[in-house]
Amino acid sequence: MLTIKNLHAGIEGKKILKGINLEIKPGEVHAIMGPNGSGKSTLASVLAGRKEYEVSTGSVQFLGKDLLDLSPEERAGEGLFLGFQYPVEIPGLSTTNFIKTALNEVRKYRGQEPLDAVAFLKLMKEKMALMNVDQSLLSRSLNEGFSGGEKKRNEIFQMAMLQPKLAILDETDSGLDIDAIRIVANGVNQLRNKDNAVLAITHYQRLLDYIIPDVIHVLYNGRIVKSGPKELALELEERGYDFIKSEVSVED
Amino acid sequence: MNTQYYQDHFTRLQAATRPGHLHARREEAFRDFSRLGIPTTRNEEWKYTRISGLFNKEWHLPLLQEKTITENDLHAVRLPGYETASELVFVNGFFSFALSNIRSESLTVLPLEEAAANGYSDIVSAHFGHSSGYIKDGIHALNTAFTEGGVFIHLRKTKHEKQPVYIYHLTTAEHEPGFTQPRSLVYLGEQAEMQLVETSMCLGQQDSLNSQVIEIVLEEAAVLEYYKIQHDHDNASQVNTTHIRQIGKSYSHTVTLSLNGNMVRNNLNVVLEASHSEAHLYGLYFPKGKSHIDNHTIVDNRVPHCESNELYKGILDEQGTGVFNGKIFVRQPAQKTNAFQSNKNVLLSDTAAINTKPQLEIFADDVKCSHGCTVGRLSEEGLFYLQSRGIPEKTAQSMLLHGFAEDVLEKIKLEPIRRYADALVAARLEYDIV
Amino acid sequence: MDTMNDINSDIQKAVMADYKYGFVTDIEADAAPKGLNEEIIRFISVKKNEPEWMLEWRLKAYRHWLNMEEPSWANLKHPPIDYQDIIYYSAPKQKVKPGSLDEIDPELRRTFEKLGISLEEQKRLSGVAVDAVVDSVSIGTTFKAQLAELGIIFCSMSEAIQEHPELVRKYLGSVVPATDNYFAALNSAVFTDGSFCYIPEGVRCPMELSTYFRINAENTGQFERTLIVAEPGSYVSYLEGCTAPMRDENQLHAAVVELVAQERGEIKYSTVQNWYPGDKQGNGGIYNFVTKRGICKGDHAKISWTQVETGSAITWKYPSVILKGDHSVGEFYSVALTNHYQQADTGTKMMHIGKNTRSRIVSKGISAGFSNNSYRGLVQVGKNAANARNFSQCDSLLLGDKCGAHTFPYIEVKNNTGVVEHEATTSKIGEDQLFYCNQRGIDTETAVALIINGFAREVMNQLPMEFAVEAQKLLAISLEGSVG
Repeated sequence: MLTIKNLHAGIEGKKILKGINLEIKPGEVHAIMGPNGSGKSTLASVLAGRKEYEVSTGSVQFLGKDLLDLSPEERAGEGLFLGFQYPVEIPGLSTTNFIKTALNEVRKYRGQEPLDAVAFLKLMKEKMALMNVDQSLLSRSLNEGFSGGEKKRNEIFQMAMLQPKLAILDETDSGLDIDAIRIVANGVNQLRNKDNAVLAITHYQRLLDYIIPDVIHVLYNGRIVKSGPKELALELEERGYDFIKSEVSVED
Repeated sequence: MNTQYYQDHFTRLQAATRPGHLHARREEAFRDFSRLGIPTTRNEEWKYTRISGLFNKEWHLPLLQEKTITENDLHAVRLPGYETASELVFVNGFFSFALSNIRSESLTVLPLEEAAANGYSDIVSAHFGHSSGYIKDGIHALNTAFTEGGVFIHLRKTKHEKQPVYIYHLTTAEHEPGFTQPRSLVYLGEQAEMQLVETSMCLGQQDSLNSQVIEIVLEEAAVLEYYKIQHDHDNASQVNTTHIRQIGKSYSHTVTLSLNGNMVRNNLNVVLEASHSEAHLYGLYFPKGKSHIDNHTIVDNRVPHCESNELYKGILDEQGTGVFNGKIFVRQPAQKTNAFQSNKNVLLSDTAAINTKPQLEIFADDVKCSHGCTVGRLSEEGLFYLQSRGIPEKTAQSMLLHGFAEDVLEKIKLEPIRRYADALVAARLEYDIV
Repeated sequence: MDTMNDINSDIQKAVMADYKYGFVTDIEADAAPKGLNEEIIRFISVKKNEPEWMLEWRLKAYRHWLNMEEPSWANLKHPPIDYQDIIYYSAPKQKVKPGSLDEIDPELRRTFEKLGISLEEQKRLSGVAVDAVVDSVSIGTTFKAQLAELGIIFCSMSEAIQEHPELVRKYLGSVVPATDNYFAALNSAVFTDGSFCYIPEGVRCPMELSTYFRINAENTGQFERTLIVAEPGSYVSYLEGCTAPMRDENQLHAAVVELVAQERGEIKYSTVQNWYPGDKQGNGGIYNFVTKRGICKGDHAKISWTQVETGSAITWKYPSVILKGDHSVGEFYSVALTNHYQQADTGTKMMHIGKNTRSRIVSKGISAGFSNNSYRGLVQVGKNAANARNFSQCDSLLLGDKCGAHTFPYIEVKNNTGVVEHEATTSKIGEDQLFYCNQRGIDTETAVALIINGFAREVMNQLPMEFAVEAQKLLAISLEGSVG
């Protein structure tokens, strides 16, 4: 589904990603872990198409297309979803209105008819129940005055509505207490099936207690320096990132 | 007004002085005055201040050296902290070398004519009269036209020691109503740091009008603290222009404290011409009796990345009236400007009034600008809270007002002046309210 | 990094839309010759078969106007207006005066269909009565009979002068005197039509009343005059819409609107102004100089102005409220959008005279292209206006770095029990907001429209339903091609 080859990228001339290779297949859950500043969020931003980041070399194939050639909204249309670490606030724009616009734009991109008000409402009701989201949250301005937990739940709710092929969750657990993490992770698990995939980016292992990954990659200094099964997370948790640093310091 | 009187004076002045840069500027300015006249309330900048009435008076324009005062007269009006400050004294609008004390080696003080004629001619021609591009009225033009006995003040690099400089504007007005027009140009060189305090006082019993212009230029890394203290007699009026040009990345910090006077108009302009410059403007106006205090400020952001912060507060009591007009300009190149402005007023009596006009003019998109303005009375809850703790209402009111004023007073960083200002405000609150 | 420039140019692209109401209807018009003099005024008065007092009123205003000067204080620049180069009367020629709406010239009827306004009552959106004004005259009013049953008068001003002269004489010029200002005096001299509404005591008008203005003829000025009177305890919601063809020359529109709310009377006046704004280079467009003022005459009266201003090359208007009655309430909600070379200088005046009066001002300015957008407002608390309250919020949004946003609030307080608060902010559309929308599959143009509508929502919420949808679309269209 997603194939990243030798990806180099940076911002304002500063090199951050220094040769990422990654392959994700339908139905898989991958986790990327790493210390602060290792390039985790940069990877998410480059995949979603943030303008400020420049890709110097490498390629990214997504469902057979050159992802780097697409605009952010086209990537969304293709089925890529980024759960933001810091969801943006837009005063005065209701969450419902925003999601409806997004959904119909994505449908248009996929050659589907827009949903009418009734069908949209039905879908929304269904996903609200699934995600345990309250109506009052959706009638408020987008993310404005939301608590950290509400913002992240809103991200996962949008994911449920847009039904992406690949969801990249950028530190979705940051700033959340354990109850909120459980709610969010539950939401993500409900949406998993054999055709979609998840790339969870996180600093801590605790999210991975709820979203069980098939593979864990350790990102350090712009490269994936170690990949392994879910038990790797526990090892990292116990020994900290320092052991990784000492293992790879020779290559640096 | 008797324009012939001004014309005659002007002709005499021009005949008595040598041709040169200042001579030509005066000529031009008098033409501007003749064309503009004294502003009426139809002039947007004077909408709330009826200054034209003052000019119906038969003012006496004093002549250079016509009158002087003694060291004792000066001593009576000196401000605290003067012992360590350089003191510059104007009498009837003319600079007096005899009464002034220059206590810093970094400070050069010259008659404006002399500075214009020799070593400082470049600075004078580049900066003298720059304020005319911002203040376009006959009163300002008249000051420029009558530039005589003005002074040029130059401060060199001061090695991070702030140099206090006190300027006194004294008007004699013993037998005739006196109209004085002092003029100065201040130049802070690279890394020069000055604490400038300015005050004016009428010594006689007659009416007085002090129309004053001070232009201040800040070079790279210069720091200016500027404090204006106004608490003259009930029959003393003022029209002041303080024009600050920050031509190097620099810092300015001004506090204008206006406590009394008949009609007081302050124009404060800060022109930000170098990136990453900072300007802070604070003011407190607390007119008493029938006094009218008008503050007009301009912050002109001409380059990117500058920051300005403005807070003016007013307490309006008795029949006092206040005017606040704050303009912020953000020119098209001035991206990333941060400009904030706030004006807060409390009306204490039902005969007091306030007219306020905060104003934003923005031509760049990537900026953060905001202004806020409130008019109201003291918080009922606050009063009640203090009263419920056993404090009498009058005292509670004074305490709240002092707290209200403190936001501005605490911005005075020159210790003796801050204590002095604090005491003046406290005395006023107790005298009038408690 | 060029991201900012890219975004600016994208924003520019997204705001460059075309005006879709710019067509001209080919209708023969019955017009006066160009120019303004007493003869023309007499001509207008005769055409309208007016009583002598009306003609006298006009002439008095005209003679006063001759001695007035065009105001220059607004933040607007335009070449001088040649008042002798304007046609002051133009009426679509109809074979006979229509006895009913069915007899209106089919060409005219099609014009209104094209504008989305049906003059056929049964097809009309439920609950809106329409008075349609083309150039200088009203061509018909719907739902008249139903309204009459409640004692509500809703007709053209010309008809009111004929049928209800006592009401017109009593109220015309009582809020905006004929000599009030330059453009109001001009209007008083030459106004040709407009709408008149009268809501009798205790009646709540069951439907929205609406006037639709259309300038069609060339070189013609439109000078309409609207008067609404709400008697004690009555309520009315009134809507005003307008469009004009695309023409290279500037056309003048100088209207006057007067509102009178008696004790516990309430008037809600909403405008969606979409006169032709001129082309992308700033050629042509309507000069819109309008005087709108209401008076809360009785206690507990309420007047609320809501405006969405997207059209006109120049907008000069300050819908105001005189709060004379104790406990009266004034409101002003405004969205003004300028693009290309448009200029707007708009705001309000809230004059607190009575005790315990309240006012609220919410102004949202959006500037794009090379336009300039100014808010100018006055809040005045008089000596006897005890316990007056005002809150003003003025926000500006800039799209691109070639446009300007200006705020000129005037606050005058002479009573120490008054509380006045004013806040203003300036912002732009953030890159992070756009990226967030893009990531959810929303293209930049749509994202900008969403953000703008969010910015303006507080005002849009004030509009009656039928208008709100129109107005939202209008904002998006006016900005098409200007963002990224």
